[in-house]
Amino acid sequence: MSAARPALTAPYVLEYTYRRSVGPVLGEFLAGLRDARVLGARTAGGRTLVPPAEYDPDTSDATVGLVEVGQSGEVTTWTWIDRPLPPHPLQRPFAWALVKLDGADTAILHAVDAGSAGGMKTGMRVRVRWRSERTGEIADIACFEPEARS
Amino acid sequence: MSEPVKRIKAPVRFDYTVGAGLTLSRFLAALVEGRLVARRCPGCTKVYVPPRGACPTCALPPGEEVVLVGTGTVTTFCIVNVPFEGQTMKLPYVYASVLLDGADIPLLHLVDVPAAQARMGMRVKAEWVPPSERRPTLESIRWFCPTGEPDAPFDAIKEHL
Repeated sequence: MSAARPALTAPYVLEYTYRRSVGPVLGEFLAGLRDARVLGARTAGGRTLVPPAEYDPDTSDATVGLVEVGQSGEVTTWTWIDRPLPPHPLQRPFAWALVKLDGADTAILHAVDAGSAGGMKTGMRVRVRWRSERTGEIADIACFEPEARS
Repeated sequence: MSEPVKRIKAPVRFDYTVGAGLTLSRFLAALVEGRLVARRCPGCTKVYVPPRGACPTCALPPGEEVVLVGTGTVTTFCIVNVPFEGQTMKLPYVYASVLLDGADIPLLHLVDVPAAQARMGMRVKAEWVPPSERRPTLESIRWFCPTGEPDAPFDAIKEHL
């Protein structure tokens, strides 16, 4: 028998190619992204949820319609990704962040293209960078980028 | 406002790298050479093919190697009638537990026999792919073919079902 050899390895991909219906509220939100607009859901209590929900998480009442919110906002929390994985929105180091857009009362999770962790700070201002070809999905927002200091 | 989006793609994908472990790796490497190398448990003396890293009954690491000649007996089988992605066989086909001569645990593989002729006790033999096509996978055996020998009696397989 031959000398000891290293153990064999093999790639093994497990994939579920789901398609899902998004419902009327997210359907309009995604159509808004295609038009380079960000929409939030208004609750009966006057809060604006971004991303929008069909129901107010505080009262369980249905939300009452969609309104456009700003394309800039504030990072409420973040974490730095040094080594992006293939499905990530950016293939260079970036931050996952919760961004509360102007006019919104909740924050949306997305990538911030800040160059280095040193460029990230809770409370910093960021704005949407749109993808040039948009199809009605969350990736229509390519990422957020730091707002230029005025 | 443009038409609302109705549906999105939401795939879930896991990109694994599986490790075969040292024991199974030796078995797989031997397949490239056209050999079936089983291992005997030093405790219960059962011969496992493919070999395991440990005997599930005795919890002992495998002992001596046992080279099998590639003949065996169909213990149980199923007839596959359902198409699925990646299928290479024409329906219906036979997938069987084959108890290799000298082994105590059956091996799952294809049997090249019309579905209506599959039966318990049928004697079969490994048909290897040509050496240039052999890889460290059980696909190096294309399938098992009937040898034409008389069927093995039930007593010969009853302890291995």
